[in-house]
Amino acid sequence: MTATTEPLADLSATTLLRFATAGSVDDGKSTLVGRLLHDSKSILTDQLEAVEAVSAQRGQDTPDLALLTDGLRAEREQGITIDVAYRYFATARRRFILADTPGHVQYTRNMVTGASTADLAVVLVDARNGVIEQTRRHAAVAALLRVPHVVLAVNKMDLVGYEEKVFAAIAEEFTAYASDLGVPEITAIPISALAGDNVVEPSANMDWYGGPTVLEHLETVPVSHDLTACPARFPVQYVIRPQSAEHPDYRGYAGQIASGVLRVGEAVTVLPSGRTSTIAGIDALGESVDIAWAPQSVTLRLTDDIDISRGDLIAPSASAPATTQDVEATVCHVADQPLSVGARVLLKHTTRTVKAIVKEIPSRLTLDDLSQHPAPGQLVTNDIGRVVVRTAEPLALDAYADSRRTGSFLLIDPADGTTLAAGMAGAAFASRPETVQAPHDDEGWDF
Amino acid sequence: MTTTVAHVHAEADAPYALSHLDALESEAVHIFREVAGEFEKPVILFSGGKDSIVMLHLALKAFAPAPVPFTLLHVDTGHNFPEVLEYRDRAVAEHGLRLHVASVQDYIDAGKLRERPDGTRNPLQTVPLTEAIQQLRFDAVFGGGRRDEEKARAKERVFSLRDEFSQWDPRRQRPELWNLYNGRHAAGEHVRVFPLSNWTELDVWQYIAREGIELPEIYFAHEREVFQRHGMWLTAGEWGGPKEGEETQTRLIRYRTVGDMSCTGAVDSDATTLDAVIAEIAASRLTERGATRADDKMSEAAMEDRKREGYF
Repeated sequence: MTATTEPLADLSATTLLRFATAGSVDDGKSTLVGRLLHDSKSILTDQLEAVEAVSAQRGQDTPDLALLTDGLRAEREQGITIDVAYRYFATARRRFILADTPGHVQYTRNMVTGASTADLAVVLVDARNGVIEQTRRHAAVAALLRVPHVVLAVNKMDLVGYEEKVFAAIAEEFTAYASDLGVPEITAIPISALAGDNVVEPSANMDWYGGPTVLEHLETVPVSHDLTACPARFPVQYVIRPQSAEHPDYRGYAGQIASGVLRVGEAVTVLPSGRTSTIAGIDALGESVDIAWAPQSVTLRLTDDIDISRGDLIAPSASAPATTQDVEATVCHVADQPLSVGARVLLKHTTRTVKAIVKEIPSRLTLDDLSQHPAPGQLVTNDIGRVVVRTAEPLALDAYADSRRTGSFLLIDPADGTTLAAGMAGAAFASRPETVQAPHDDEGWDF
Repeated sequence: MTTTVAHVHAEADAPYALSHLDALESEAVHIFREVAGEFEKPVILFSGGKDSIVMLHLALKAFAPAPVPFTLLHVDTGHNFPEVLEYRDRAVAEHGLRLHVASVQDYIDAGKLRERPDGTRNPLQTVPLTEAIQQLRFDAVFGGGRRDEEKARAKERVFSLRDEFSQWDPRRQRPELWNLYNGRHAAGEHVRVFPLSNWTELDVWQYIAREGIELPEIYFAHEREVFQRHGMWLTAGEWGGPKEGEETQTRLIRYRTVGDMSCTGAVDSDATTLDAVIAEIAASRLTERGATRADDKMSEAAMEDRKREGYF
């Protein structure tokens, strides 16, 4: 066995960063992922041997690193990625969960899936092509999903002579576009995934660049700050009542803090009933604590014995959300069957699932130019559109801009349980005014 | 146990960050509670291996001070390590749990399954598993599978819908968005649930060390009579090894995974403590399955093919 590559003392102090990659088919995304895994010593010998063996069997001279990420028969047969795969690697400073999302245009829903849990998105462009339509789509999805950090990785710098002005022009164009969409933080990095420039090791070919490598940036970017800065939200998952001799009167509300910080002694309101109480105790998986924060899973005890069940939301009385039965949102349609005006669906919001009806589909968004096409009637796979949904019961729904956890929901087909759409309540983008264009009979603009 | 506050990452600008183990624990507990809240009859697959032991530990914490609201199911290949069976029964008794056992040997004795020429019983587990799920009407089945184990598992959802034949269709998986798990299923269908999806082997070991979880002794270095087959050290036993020409010898070894004795290999190791095991895993250049599982080497898509048929 070889020596360890990381100091053991640091292993348990590391934090976790979830990030997603997005890139067009030939931008070199697989190579970047392969390079990150390889150079951080996360590809183990037997995995590499398996890839080498299959590559050799196919008559390829060099190991095809895409085989590391394309795990399904159909993917290997067709040489494409059909689904999100999750990869794991670690450095001494941090653990990483990478949602490796396919770049094919017809799999926008997969980027939405990957981005929904990501703290950071890496958008890849080919330095020779610059910002293309697909780049704008990726930036728009990252903005729509409110991914807190976006990295623009300008790849294949080796093919443009490592020229600073090529990088600067692309970085400037992308930053202007993404900032306009409301992406809060953008970091542009010139790289060559194939040659290894600025991925893990700083490049000797681009001494004009003074910023971090991709891995350095991934290791140092702050995580979870957005969750704890928001007002506290606690969706009740399960009521714990042991009714045992030892705990005859214990009644705890189990859940994962969706956002914010909760403290013992805090006055809280339970929604949708509106009843109020005070936090008597917080049990953090077996130990009593005075304070807990997102995304910890805890159990709350209240001073009053009030009727609370799964699906209720506990929030500080000072900053409790309003409830509504009329939800205006942006949805990404992820199912094969279409979503039409008048459709009866289920809406799953935090731990609460309610009946709902699609009242209106006011517009469908074209990611290419962010124009809104009015009244499309229905949404099909990979469409992103505005919807108005009426729910059978009131929901304590935040704007997605304020909380990715309590502003998001699923639409579900009640007949077969299919997940139809990913929903984000409130305005779609942070700053851009909506422009409505006249519809035109263009069949080629689906994404 | 240390206090939660001690786990806070000591970064001045991020006072509310969680350590990666706390984040993984919190996510897994959330998954257990979602299943308890939404399903009628869930069950935890429990083999006495480290992943299922960690699952049980998480379930105990998730519902404390109430008991775990799930039963356990062990698919018994008949080729188990005695230390592991003993651990299984002790855990069940200690926590007042109910254990169902689906026995491969019973199926062979009844003529419903036939022994394979290579003596490996791992692939034979699928039929007893899926029949137990149907007969006992489980609607959610927790498995300890992790996405870092194998490339087909890297594509598995946390909530994985299975049809009435328990089949997995990777092309018809539901997109999994945020932490909103969709567990809806028709009668006869069930959902496989993987709370440890985002854990790596090293995470599991670090968590075991942090929480002081007891494990069967075979996970730590000990002297054992083994013989070599396909480059792996296997324990001699009633399942048909060693064969002619395979010589047994006494070696200092330990197991990285626990499964059917006929296909679970040991690794050379002198790691007798948790810290030593963690140091060894951190330095290893072999994956857990690559080092110790014969059944995954049967073909390039062995795991995917078995999962399609209902394997966990």
